Parts: sequence; structure tokens; C-alpha cells
Amino acid sequence: MKSPFAPWADPAERPLVSFDRVTKRFGGVTAVDCLSLDIYSREFFALLGPSGCGKTTLLRMLAGFDQPDEGRILLAGEDIARVPPYQRPTNMMFQNYALFPHLTVAANIAFGLRQEGMPARDQIARVEEMLALVKLEDCARRKPHQLSGGQRQRVALARALAKRPKVLLLDEPLAALDRKLRSETQFELIGLQARLGMTFVIVTHDQQEAMTVAHRMGAMNRGRLMQVATPAEIYERPNSRWVADFIGDVNLLEGVVAGIEPGTVLIDSAANQRLRLSADAAAKPGQGVWVALRPEKLRLATRAPATPENCLAGRVTDTAYLGDMSIYRVRLNDGADIKVSVVNQSPPSTGPIQAGDEVWLTFAPDAGVILTS
Amino acid sequence: MAAMNTFQRSRGVWLLVLIPGLWLLVFFLVPCLIVLKISLSQTALAQPPYTPVFDWTEGWAGLTAFFAALSTSNYAALAADTIYLASYLKSLEVAALATLMLLLIGYPIAYGIARAGARAQAILILLVILPFWTSFLIRVYAWITILQHDGLLNRTLLGLGIIASPVAWLASDTAIYIGLVYSYLPFMVLPLYATLQKHDPALLEAAADLGARRWKAFWSVTLPLSWPGIAAGALLCFIPIVGEFVIPDLLGGSETMMIGQTLWTEFFANRDWPIASAIAIALLCVILGPIAMWENLRARQLQGSA
Repeated sequence: MKSPFAPWADPAERPLVSFDRVTKRFGGVTAVDCLSLDIYSREFFALLGPSGCGKTTLLRMLAGFDQPDEGRILLAGEDIARVPPYQRPTNMMFQNYALFPHLTVAANIAFGLRQEGMPARDQIARVEEMLALVKLEDCARRKPHQLSGGQRQRVALARALAKRPKVLLLDEPLAALDRKLRSETQFELIGLQARLGMTFVIVTHDQQEAMTVAHRMGAMNRGRLMQVATPAEIYERPNSRWVADFIGDVNLLEGVVAGIEPGTVLIDSAANQRLRLSADAAAKPGQGVWVALRPEKLRLATRAPATPENCLAGRVTDTAYLGDMSIYRVRLNDGADIKVSVVNQSPPSTGPIQAGDEVWLTFAPDAGVILTS
Repeated sequence: MAAMNTFQRSRGVWLLVLIPGLWLLVFFLVPCLIVLKISLSQTALAQPPYTPVFDWTEGWAGLTAFFAALSTSNYAALAADTIYLASYLKSLEVAALATLMLLLIGYPIAYGIARAGARAQAILILLVILPFWTSFLIRVYAWITILQHDGLLNRTLLGLGIIASPVAWLASDTAIYIGLVYSYLPFMVLPLYATLQKHDPALLEAAADLGARRWKAFWSVTLPLSWPGIAAGALLCFIPIVGEFVIPDLLGGSETMMIGQTLWTEFFANRDWPIASAIAIALLCVILGPIAMWENLRARQLQGSA
């Protein structure tokens, strides 16, 4: 069996890119705040966060357009603070592509090769290779304004890849594409990255995009990395309420730790409901905590279950039928609103649950996560 | 219903086109034809000072007699006397050199303004336009006092010890170029600024990212993208400078005259309206080349933006 790609878990592995306590301020605003991050060779890393969280600044510092005020940025072990953008082995795919409007597609792709003085014959070969890579062989002689949005995006990608950078930086690369094209392109990016074996760092505010393409992602807020982990881990095991809330939908229940058993933590919710959760004791008895429950991990029943544990009683206030699934908003007896999603595997035989119906929500002990911050 | 709308809209467009069309007919095409007619006439001691004059009362016979009397002899005279040819060449030479100087001075100015902050840009552009608020003639006269024997320039240079004795700036080509560059600079700076200001700074970052140093990025990205501005500025300066009269007349010497001065002399001093008109028509033909280029460029830009 092939072992999964996880260089970050291997202590012997040296990172390709290292941000070492990097701080960047613009005027009085701290865009990046004492941030450390390691990115490994051949990794597809996504920086995810709301606008203004500093993710683009981080990328621009790696490209050399902005200089860190404090800390070091290492590329293959070397401090690149003094290396100007035109000498860095990184290439960037810009948000609005920044294609040279006066140059043809081929000349755009060859621009970087010309700067490094590659012989003309090699340039032509490389441009053809790149055009084939992004399936734009027929557009070599066109100017950017004669291309569709999707084609421009491909030219920008080909131009950034042409110099075979050590790290490819992608700044919101798919933001300008429509939804369908975006999801197709995400899968093409994954295929491309795997085939080229290059290190990709992508900045995006679209969590679905980050989770689709990335090996690991860093959730950023106010210049700090809140959590760095695989998409599955971030979704299933968020380390804070902010991460749980930012990635996907979540219900947060407040409670107090009532007792600890091996592998299990007992919590009394605000509505005095006993909750049993599988967890290693990170909290002490009597400590106030939050339980994060994803909407799809809750089961909805119209009759009270046999055991009162992990059961929340309430009344449906809103329903929404989305086709593949239905969303129910349930007001618990203590007044908290809970969102539940149910996959519509078959048309409901017992008649749909409607607003006003009394319901019971249950969940498995491993369905929830205990958060202390 | 849709056809009706299309019809109405197309009629609306025709009305809109009619406005500039009528204006150009009355104030450009008709005067041009009158000048063309005078250029084919003969000078006469009369009022108006040329023949033939078309007489409506004589009917058809008058019309044929009128056309029979027209001749191209004035154009033959233009070609025969080298003073006119020299005048045209002098005008083209001055216009070309002045346009080149304007470009070399105007480009850095426009580039600097386009790179300044938003507030500074507005102030700098206002300052570029500010001289227009004073009469053009007064500004040229001001240059006479600056350039004259005991003028500001000579006194400053003497004071700084750069020259030992006053230099005769006035009545020379140097003075003409100073006056032209000073007066036409806004016409060069404004179109260049309009082009440069639109450039996406991300393009220069992309160039740097792909390995281009600053000057290389300027050479391979900024400069090629400024061509529309360079062409617009150059033509906006070149075309009127070819026919310029006031600046060479007030600041220039008397050895070689620019075509505007030659025309003035024929018209006012010699009172030879027909030859003056022929000079004007020939000048129009000389400038038509650059004007056609300018129109072609504008059409291309309109297409590009559509």
C-alpha cells in the first residue's frame, strides 16, 4: 500500500518554504502578526481566510513584492529577504491574471524565458509544451483581449509555470471564473500539480476551493494562522470556535464539563442536558466549554429516543428543501437555534417534517468536538 | 414592434450624426472650398482682390466663363519658386524636432504624474493646464522679455558665471524651439498621462515576477503600452506646429520663414490672396498624412475598447 503524502508529519523532512515569526505592518495596521508556517516540497498548500486577513500579504512577501518588517522567510533553507522578485525562484499567477495586453499568448508565456536569456529554439519548445499543458495550442497567436475568461486564466497559469518555479503562487486564481468552470478548473489544478510535482501555494477566500485542491490548508484571521491541517482534520477537528465557524456550518452548544471517563468527556449543556463525547480529556471538570456539532452529523427524529443522553428536544421553526438535502432549523427548549441537514436519499415515506413539528436531535459520541477556546 | 424600435433608433442616430455633420459642412468644408476656389483664381486690383468672381445674373454662360477662368497657375508658381519649398521643409523640420523634444520632456513628466498619489495627480494636472488660463500671446511675449539681451535668462546665466557675455537668444531657432516646447507641452503631457495612468500596476509586478528588472519592465511593458499616448501627443503637437505662425514670428529670426509666416506675408504684405490660398491648400495636403494616421489610430482604439 502506498503511504499517504504527509511530509509535515515526518520529523526528518525539511520544509521548502519557512515563514519564521514574520510580521508585516502597513501604517498602523498589522497585516501579518508573528506568523510561522512551514510548507513542504510537492505540497499543495491553501491559505484560507476572510478578506483582509493577511493571506495575500503572506503570498506577496513570498513573491518579493512586500518585505517583512520582522522575522525571516526561508526558501530551501536560505533567507530570501534581500532577494528581489526578479531573482526569486517563485512565480505568481495574479488575481486578475495581469496578462500583457500588447503581447500574444505565446509572447506572454515566453516573457519570463526571454528575461532569463533562454535560447530562442528552447523558448519555442517550452511555449509549445506549456500551451499543450493548458490545452491552448490554437490560441498561440491571439492577444489576451481575444480570449474568454477561462482561456485567459489558462494563459496566466501557463505563463507562471513556464519558468518551472520552485514554488507556484496562486492569488485567488479562479475568483473571476463562473461556478461551473471554477470547479472543473480546481480538479485540473490538482491533476497539474500532481503531474508536475511542483509546490503550489494558493490564496483563496473560498473554503470549498481550498478543501478541494489542498493537501493542507491554513485558516487565517487577523494576520494569524488559527489552524494548519488537512481539510478533513480542519473540518472534523477544528481547534477553536473561530475555525469551526469559519469552515463549514456549525452548531455551538455551551456547557460545563461534568465528568471525565477514559476516552470520554461528559458535559452538561446549558439546557441541563447530559452530553457524552468521545475525547481525550483536554478540559477539567467544572470548566466551561463549547461543543461543536456539524448540521449533517445530527439525526432528526419525530419520537423521543430511549436514552436521554446526547439528545436535544426542540421544535422545527424553518425548513428548506435544497434537492440533494433538506435543511431544518430547530429551536431547542432552552431557546438555542440549531441547524440540521438531512440527505434526501429517498422521498420521505412518512410525510415531510414541517415547521411547528416537535423533534428530537441525537448524535453519536464521536460526532461532536469539544472546544475550549 | 421590434422593427419599429430599430427604425426609430436608427433615425435617432442619423439625427445625432447630422449635428456634427452640419457643423463641419458650414464651418469646415464650405470655407475649404472657398479657399480652394480662390487658390485657382488670379490676383486682381479689385474688391475682392481676385478674379473670376461668379456672377449669378449671367446664368449658364456666366458659369462656364467662371470655370474657364480658373487655373492651377498658382500651384505651378509654388513649385517653381524654391522659397516656398524651403518654407515647407523648414516647417516640417521644426515640427519634427520640436515634437521629438516635447516627447523627451513630456514623457518623464507624464510618467511622474501618473505614478504620484491621487491627490498629487489632481494638483499636478491642474498645474499643467494652468498656463491656458493666460492668453497664449501674453505668454509668448513674456518669453521675449526672458530671452532678450538683458533678459532674465542672460542675467541669471551671467550671475551664475556660466556665460561671460550675454547670448543672443532671440531671433534664432533656439528661441523658436523654446517657445514651441513651452507652449505645446500640455498637449503632449495630457494624452501621455491619460494612457500611463490607465496602466495596471500589476503588469509591472508580473514583469518583475517573471524576471524583468525595472528598466527592462519599463522597456518591454510600459513603453509599448504607451504607444497610443505617444502617437496622440506627437500628432496633437506636430500638426499645429507645422502651421504655427505666432511663435516663429515673435521669437524667430528672419533667415528662413516657416510656412505660416510665408502665408501671412503673401496674404497681408503682398495682398496676393490666390497664392496665399494655394499655400494653405498645399499645407493642408502636407498635414493630411499625419491627420489620416491620427484618425486611423483613433478608429483602432475605438474598436479595441468595444
